[in-house]
Amino acid sequence: MGVTGWTTLLVGASFLLYIVIAIRSRATSTGEFYIAGQDVPPLANGMATAADWMSAASFISMAGLISFSGYDGSVYLMGWTGGYVLLALLLAPYLRKFGKYTVPDFIGERYYSQTARLVAVICAIFISFTYVAGQMRGVGVVFSRFLEIDVTWGVIIGMGVVFIYAVLGGMKGITYTQVAQYCVLIFAFMVPAVFISLMVADTVIPHIGFGSIPPGSDVSLLARLDGLHKELGFSTYTLGSGNTINLLAITFALMAGTAGLPHVIIRFYTVPRVRDARKSAGWALLFIAILYTTAPAVAVFARTNLIDTVYKDGSFQPHEQMPPWFQTWEGTGLIEFDDKNGDGLVQYVGAAAVDGQGQSITNELTIDQDIIVLANPEIAGLPNWVIALVAAGGLAAALSTAAGLLLVVSTSVSHDLLRKWLKPDLSEKQELLVARIAAGAAVCVAGYLGIHPPGFVAEVVAFAFGLAAASFFPAILMGIFMKRMNREGAIAGMVVGLVFTASYIIYFRFLHPELDSAENWWWGISPKGIGTVGMLFNFMVAGIVRSFTSDPPADVMKMVEDIRVPEQRAV
Amino acid sequence: MAPPQRPPAADYWRKNLTLIAILLSIWAFVSFGLGIYWAEDLHGIQAPLPGTPLGFWFAQQGSIFTFVILIWVYAWKMNRLDDEYFSDEEK
Repeated sequence: MGVTGWTTLLVGASFLLYIVIAIRSRATSTGEFYIAGQDVPPLANGMATAADWMSAASFISMAGLISFSGYDGSVYLMGWTGGYVLLALLLAPYLRKFGKYTVPDFIGERYYSQTARLVAVICAIFISFTYVAGQMRGVGVVFSRFLEIDVTWGVIIGMGVVFIYAVLGGMKGITYTQVAQYCVLIFAFMVPAVFISLMVADTVIPHIGFGSIPPGSDVSLLARLDGLHKELGFSTYTLGSGNTINLLAITFALMAGTAGLPHVIIRFYTVPRVRDARKSAGWALLFIAILYTTAPAVAVFARTNLIDTVYKDGSFQPHEQMPPWFQTWEGTGLIEFDDKNGDGLVQYVGAAAVDGQGQSITNELTIDQDIIVLANPEIAGLPNWVIALVAAGGLAAALSTAAGLLLVVSTSVSHDLLRKWLKPDLSEKQELLVARIAAGAAVCVAGYLGIHPPGFVAEVVAFAFGLAAASFFPAILMGIFMKRMNREGAIAGMVVGLVFTASYIIYFRFLHPELDSAENWWWGISPKGIGTVGMLFNFMVAGIVRSFTSDPPADVMKMVEDIRVPEQRAV
Repeated sequence: MAPPQRPPAADYWRKNLTLIAILLSIWAFVSFGLGIYWAEDLHGIQAPLPGTPLGFWFAQQGSIFTFVILIWVYAWKMNRLDDEYFSDEEK
């Protein structure tokens, strides 16, 4: 069977599975729709969280990102996993004890303020839509590349599937489809990784393979890659090129942002007890780590393979001798070769490349980072069903994340805006109906954003993390660990953190992109890392304002004491 | 069911904070320390695999393994502490 046949079969089967699960786990109450009735076992919640968290970008782009940036890509690896330590130790167990439905719920009740709730709702909706646009786009791109279906139709099919299980099942439906999606995506990621590890390093464990000395060679894979990078004028693969302060700031902003993202936090409301919240954070990171620790190995294998293909025994190879996968992906525009000097050789070099006479060499090859995961099976010469598996995995990653985000939007509207603010007399039945309608509407908006993506999707994702780090993370943290933090302090802190972070990003990314370089940044910190500074400002301002204003009411302080201890239970 | 006489919640909370402080120090040490701040100094050391510079390894592998262990240690310790302080079991 050909690639298209296999892809149709596997993608179709996985979609059918998601729909069957959705029909079997329909939500019948707001408790089920919002937080899956709080009876999700920790292991299942761990898988669901992992799928919820790992997006189209994690699955398709991350290995490639690391492959092309080497050590500097580490900030994403550490940032997007280290955040779970903050979440598990500082947020998840207490938010589970609090037990209400949403993140704005916690902010609103802890700071006894509808203004605070509203600020939180706006942030939650903004962050979620920002993120979901990229997921829907990812769905469309996978469809168009593997099945030659138009991006628009790909997005519409994806919307249809998400619509069925998000609107019918709410959190309950989403949770169990996410468990299935995790299994699909991790299998799809690991199979090619193991094969390519066998091929390059002669071991089935990629984590060992990429740090070892391959049989029949006297230098390690990484040392060889560093050597090739030096010859071709790229910066050293295993060393950082940027300044340390910026790397620290970006890593921390990604960590705090991860811990503050509402669609991740809300997953910890769905387990039965506080102790289950702790355990499910452990499962979640374990499941995430399987992909996140394999990605850097895949990155090294693919990078070495790629350079070996175009640069053999110290000379560039002619274009007509490139392997078939090279030509296949040239057809999609992901690989572009422009023979500038007309010698027919594929010159792939970095900025610092010089030839024997000290003349600089021009680069003639442009490679899209997504190719690393997408073309891996072909580079490794794997059968067609593995290529199809990658397509199904990419779709699972994108759909699971999209569903989690859409639920945040829907609950923010039906619960926080309507029930808790505009129409407190809403009955549970009406609230559930509104939640379903809001979920349906959110799917449509997300689909629209996927078909007509705003040109700045990559920029706004940095935004989402920066804003979560500068607003939600500090506000929730102080709400739990500082009993006397009050409404005035928290709101002032959030507003300052948000305005500062947003202004900095907007200034450098949208208003003056030509100034977006290290010499103009404040303290040498790029817009990606500025959330860390915004967070520090949030803490400072909140502390100062609190010291001039009155303590929170007694019942709020009682509530804080209450969320700090687990529930009573019979043994 | 009325809660039995129990040790003060403040004591439980203090133990929790101590544990958090210890685990977060390790968290910061492996990621911000070994993975970023000292990464260049550790570049000459090939460990724990024969062909990996230590700083690079911590940045792309070791810190993530450590994070997983930290969360499980926290869950295990705290769940035991919960049993000690807040179960209705007859002492």
